[in-house]
Amino acid sequence: MSEPSSQSRFDKTPVIAPGHSFGSITDKISSIVLRKETPKGWILGFGIAFVFVMMMMYAVAWLLMWGVGVWGLNNPVAWGFDITNFVWWVGIGHAGTLISAILLLLKQEWRTSINRFAEAMTLFAVACAGMFPALHTGRPWFDYWLMPYPNTMGLWPQFRSPLVWDVFAISTYGTVSFLFWFVGLIPDLATLRDRTEHKGLKMVYALLAMGWRGSAKHWFRYETAYLLLAGLATPLVVSVHTVVSFDFATSVIPGWHTTFFPPYFVAGAIFSGFAMVLTLAIPIRKAYGLEDFITMRHLENMAKVMLATGLIVAYAYVMEVFFAWYSGNSYEKFLAFDTRPQGPFWWAFWALWTCNIAIPQLLWFKKLRTTPWILWILSIIVNIGMWLERFVIIVTSLHRDYLPSSWGMYDPTRYEYMLFFGTIGLFVALMFLFIRSLPLISIFEMRTLLPEASVQHNEEH
Amino acid sequence: MKAKQKPPFYGLMAEFHDPTALLAAAQKATDSGYTKLDAYTPFPIHGLNEAVGFKKTWLSTIVLCGGIAGALGGFGMQYFASVIHYPLNIGGRPLNSWPAFIPITFEVTVLLAAFSAVVGMIMLNGLPLPYHPVFNVKSFQFASRDQFFLCIESEDPLFELGETRRFLQSLNPIEVNDVPW
Repeated sequence: MSEPSSQSRFDKTPVIAPGHSFGSITDKISSIVLRKETPKGWILGFGIAFVFVMMMMYAVAWLLMWGVGVWGLNNPVAWGFDITNFVWWVGIGHAGTLISAILLLLKQEWRTSINRFAEAMTLFAVACAGMFPALHTGRPWFDYWLMPYPNTMGLWPQFRSPLVWDVFAISTYGTVSFLFWFVGLIPDLATLRDRTEHKGLKMVYALLAMGWRGSAKHWFRYETAYLLLAGLATPLVVSVHTVVSFDFATSVIPGWHTTFFPPYFVAGAIFSGFAMVLTLAIPIRKAYGLEDFITMRHLENMAKVMLATGLIVAYAYVMEVFFAWYSGNSYEKFLAFDTRPQGPFWWAFWALWTCNIAIPQLLWFKKLRTTPWILWILSIIVNIGMWLERFVIIVTSLHRDYLPSSWGMYDPTRYEYMLFFGTIGLFVALMFLFIRSLPLISIFEMRTLLPEASVQHNEEH
Repeated sequence: MKAKQKPPFYGLMAEFHDPTALLAAAQKATDSGYTKLDAYTPFPIHGLNEAVGFKKTWLSTIVLCGGIAGALGGFGMQYFASVIHYPLNIGGRPLNSWPAFIPITFEVTVLLAAFSAVVGMIMLNGLPLPYHPVFNVKSFQFASRDQFFLCIESEDPLFELGETRRFLQSLNPIEVNDVPW
């Protein structure tokens, strides 16, 4: 969307490899969708992911048959894998809109080749996230009670509850992310409509493109709408994990009742979101030969964002321990110095500090930031670390209640593991379908990055 | 009263190879007095809307109205539920606990504003529109790839088939095509 800045000639690694034209960009990206033969690797990958989807369906069916008793939840540990996975997925879903909206407003043009699939990733992550609160209500067929609607019972949701705020925040975020993604797709759908030779597909793309013809007047309104959406999505993306953190921060549980949760959660969300974008981008660029469009510069920039947000997260971990001590509250101190580092979940706590604080420090080295396979492993470690963070926050805070007589333990059952790994399968399967059916890089925005796209002014100035 | 005769063509369309040539051509056409014209490009080009004489869109006003409606509606819904329709006295705390209503008010504001931006953009653009005469030009399929088009419509008061064709030819295009209905 933005004009190529004069800065790009000072950068050693370009955002788009030299030698491309409007036509070659269009053909290269659209051919991934329009090629006749589905690659064998795609079928294999999708097949494996689909097996996990079936496993998820089994876990969901079992849950609906027998109720939440099939999970290992109890009193005092009433939240376990369900909310851990929910927060983890929502956090991952933050990178897409951050890349599309905030980096657009900051005129970071390198975002262009990664924003489309990061947005798709956001949608799929939010879909996976939404499953957990929907299912953990126990009777998901009554989930519409969460929404305010005129009913014969004369009842309303409790609007003063953060859990109801959460319903609004997540559903708004999912909807706005979808709108943003769809608006970005319209011109590319028109490109696919004009490029495909398959009659049926042409019809489908034509319907979705709604008759887009690239008129200058349309582009003007389009850019206005896109910019406004970016401006709206920017505070929204910050608000979502803030509201999620309110679920914890407004309670009176030691380990949850802290004022710094909102910024801490938002930084963690960006940290894990960028990690997931890297986890997906590195294999995709290799498999589809997209090194010209997703260059080393993209990987390195994302690694830098990960390092910066990782440091914010590390600061939050240290402050959490410091304030437990500084507050003088015996319950807070017990949690920070006994329960978490030395209790039954000591392994999760120390694995968390290793994955999220110690190992990401390797990103200070340029050599490691620019070696894709090392970066890929680091991104997986951060994903694991961020999952452990939510597990430690939720489970360790709950399993040691105020009175030792109320202490408990949490053992996740096989259905919780199946549901969790099943949603990863669902996420991957949806990504595979997306890559095969829609352009995974924004074609029209890539065209604007070419030097030919800027209008030469001869007579002026 | 005699019905106004429909012109035989939608317009004339000139094809260009790069955005610089198109922008110059569009500017020249507007300077020569043409008012009913449009340009078609594979990506947004800064200043092209002004060159075809299109300067203002109401979209931002629509989005503002959507946002205000969302804010009032979101807060109003919570006020109505908590104060008027189902008041719950919890320890004598105020019924209109407005700080607790802010997160949902914010979310509904963003939701309605975003919807107005997308629906407003699509409606103002006159989409969805399955059929449009410009698609009758064979080379127009490249408008979504790498070619740039300028179309002067027959409704333009200055439009005169031979004269307009000569004018478009003088702009040095790749080719000039009739656009049938």
